[in-house]
Amino acid sequence: MTTGATPTGPSTPITAETVRARTRELLAAQPPAGTDRTAFLRARFDAGLAWVHYPEGLGGLGAPRSLQAVVDAELQAAGAPDNDPRRIGIGLGMAAPTILAYGTEEQKQRFLRPLWVGEEVWCQLFSEPGAGSDLAALATRAVLDEGAGEWVVDGQKVWTSSAHNARWGILVARTDPALPKHQGITYFLCDMHDPGVEVRPLRQITGEAEFNEVFLTGVRIPDAHRLGAVGEGWAVARTTLMNERVSIGGMRIPREGGMIAPVAAAWRERPGLRTHALHQRLLELWVEAEVARLTGERLRQQLAAGQPGPEGSGMKLTFARLNQEISGLEVELLGEEGLLYEDWTMRRPELVDFTGRDAGYRYLRAKGNSIEGGTSEILLNIVAERVLGLPPEPRDDKDLAWKDLSR
Amino acid sequence: MTAPTAPTAPADLLYSEAEEELRAAVRSLLAARCDAGAVLARAETGRPHDPALWHTLAAEIGTAGLLVPEKLGGQGAGHREAAVVLEELGRAVAPVPYLTSAVLATEILLGCDTAEAAPLLAELASGRTVCAPAVPLTLAPGAPLPAPVRDSGAGTLTGTVNAVADAVAADVLLVLADTGLYAVRAADAAVTPLVPLDLTRPLATVTLEAAPGTRLADPATARAAVAGALLCAAGLLASEQAGLAEWCLTETVGHVKGRYQFNRPVGSFQALKHRLARLWLDVASARAAARAAADALATGAPDAPLTVAVAQAYCSGVAVRAAEECVQLHGGIGMTWEHPAHLYLKRAKADSLALGTAGHHRGLVADFAELPAP
Repeated sequence: MTTGATPTGPSTPITAETVRARTRELLAAQPPAGTDRTAFLRARFDAGLAWVHYPEGLGGLGAPRSLQAVVDAELQAAGAPDNDPRRIGIGLGMAAPTILAYGTEEQKQRFLRPLWVGEEVWCQLFSEPGAGSDLAALATRAVLDEGAGEWVVDGQKVWTSSAHNARWGILVARTDPALPKHQGITYFLCDMHDPGVEVRPLRQITGEAEFNEVFLTGVRIPDAHRLGAVGEGWAVARTTLMNERVSIGGMRIPREGGMIAPVAAAWRERPGLRTHALHQRLLELWVEAEVARLTGERLRQQLAAGQPGPEGSGMKLTFARLNQEISGLEVELLGEEGLLYEDWTMRRPELVDFTGRDAGYRYLRAKGNSIEGGTSEILLNIVAERVLGLPPEPRDDKDLAWKDLSR
Repeated sequence: MTAPTAPTAPADLLYSEAEEELRAAVRSLLAARCDAGAVLARAETGRPHDPALWHTLAAEIGTAGLLVPEKLGGQGAGHREAAVVLEELGRAVAPVPYLTSAVLATEILLGCDTAEAAPLLAELASGRTVCAPAVPLTLAPGAPLPAPVRDSGAGTLTGTVNAVADAVAADVLLVLADTGLYAVRAADAAVTPLVPLDLTRPLATVTLEAAPGTRLADPATARAAVAGALLCAAGLLASEQAGLAEWCLTETVGHVKGRYQFNRPVGSFQALKHRLARLWLDVASARAAARAAADALATGAPDAPLTVAVAQAYCSGVAVRAAEECVQLHGGIGMTWEHPAHLYLKRAKADSLALGTAGHHRGLVADFAELPAP
């Protein structure tokens, strides 16, 4: 599938030079200016330049992840289109690594290319009204119809972003209620166009609906769309969740970037708003934001030097707390204006910008930062147990059959 | 963003192999000769300094000359390396005059850049001579410099300075007077020990009565040298604070894992786990802030004053909180004289006043980042 391209393989070590050469071959064969966007992205995938650390034939070259930067720089310089990664973040960040780790050859071939190109949007059907932090308590049922070779799924999922645009969902469902909760779960790839899938917007405190509730009623999933073995879904889901935390809190920001930027700007531009009490709080938070920037920078340097530190587990905690405190200060700083809100109209934003819209929006949206992708309370447990090695709380839910748990 | 606060090049926030080797050498020395029992026993004598330990640390390992170029008799290293030494000294609350002699006094002499200062600088770099700047430990970068000492004629000096750190261990005092900077033999001054909150960093009142001094710099040079040295010392103090905080966290985590109440390790209670997880986050952040300050000083980054102010505004509070959590989470034992937690609490609290409080440094941040007071 990479005919005519610079050869790669076990005998040829992949270097920045070979990757650069392949990128230039792609650009020569598919000049961005004269090529349809989707056609160009498909060709890029087929040339192994989509995610170079993925295997050959699946959009990659089996190359070190660091070489992706070489490809991206070449393509950007040539004005090539990208796959709009923010629109398909759940597919790229969560579904893809899970399919790569657990999928059959047929599943990888079927799903990864349209996922990466952006032809098929993915969503995540994990959380339920009764299973948030305790995801393994989930109650959505999947029952095998042996005659048809299909699973029949019934239940309700919640906090599903992109569900209204999605073609596929990664789904965890209970296949054996008689087993302890972690053991009776199976992981599926769910067709969001199935007639039993109903997506309803979930309006949140900002007035808009980034998320959805998804009702699953008699949804039929072919057994070929099961990911991993029956009953092994919890291990598969952990792969997805680890990738989720890597993708949150890992972004690089400049000094005085992010949530502190509009507050500092308002302070400089509007002297009439200044008070001594607000000044002290502004300086404390400015310092904390700068230290958080440095901590994130240090983490990136450790990763780049091949010494991954445990700081990664903590960055999201810091980010959530600071976003909340800084946006709270901003509302207060603005005085009368802080009493107002831009617009409560119910909307369905395509992209979410925590630092967008007005101060009231930022304040309200930041409340989600300590809940989404793992609550701060759960993350503190993770730091305490995995980083500091403190013992877990005694639990009585691990060995009981799921059907006998309190709910 | 405005020009004065834009970072120039990305700071190197990690440790080099050579820095890790230096750390290992200092840590093993302190483990062998400066354990908590030894520090406490010395503190009880009222003479906490350990001259033999200082000799090995300063002269044999060569840490006293890290900031001094080789041509002036030093090791030709820099602030990043000195910061590593201070992290380890903070972890051990070691009673040695490193911050005063090897950092603050050394930086003042480097700032003088005069033939008169060079011989004394070489003495300090070799570790043979201990020098304490006769300034209050609370004197901060960016604060007005006091001038309590005046030239009393014929090259003699008269005046009194309070809360001078490590003066009791000093061979030489650096005195900022109205007519310039002077070196005064400690034997020619009256050094009256005070009862310090921090038992591991002795304080004294230094009184000069027509004391003879050797003039090292004119008033303008002297004031600039002292101001620059205070900035460096404040930046490096952040590393001492980060090291101290890390010891407190590690010690406390170890304690709550082994301490059983209610038939469980107390460290399995979520209330304690969350406190310690938050503290770990703060300590990891303090390390990044301290490393950024050391690197900015080492590279002479234009935004070094801001980076130092950020590190001081942040690390002081983390060190104090780490020591306070250490006392509280040890329960009754943390309140005893026998357990070393109090040595760390006292050092952390005194450090939060040394070289400017967090509030003072936030004021400097306001200036550098152009966030003016009302």
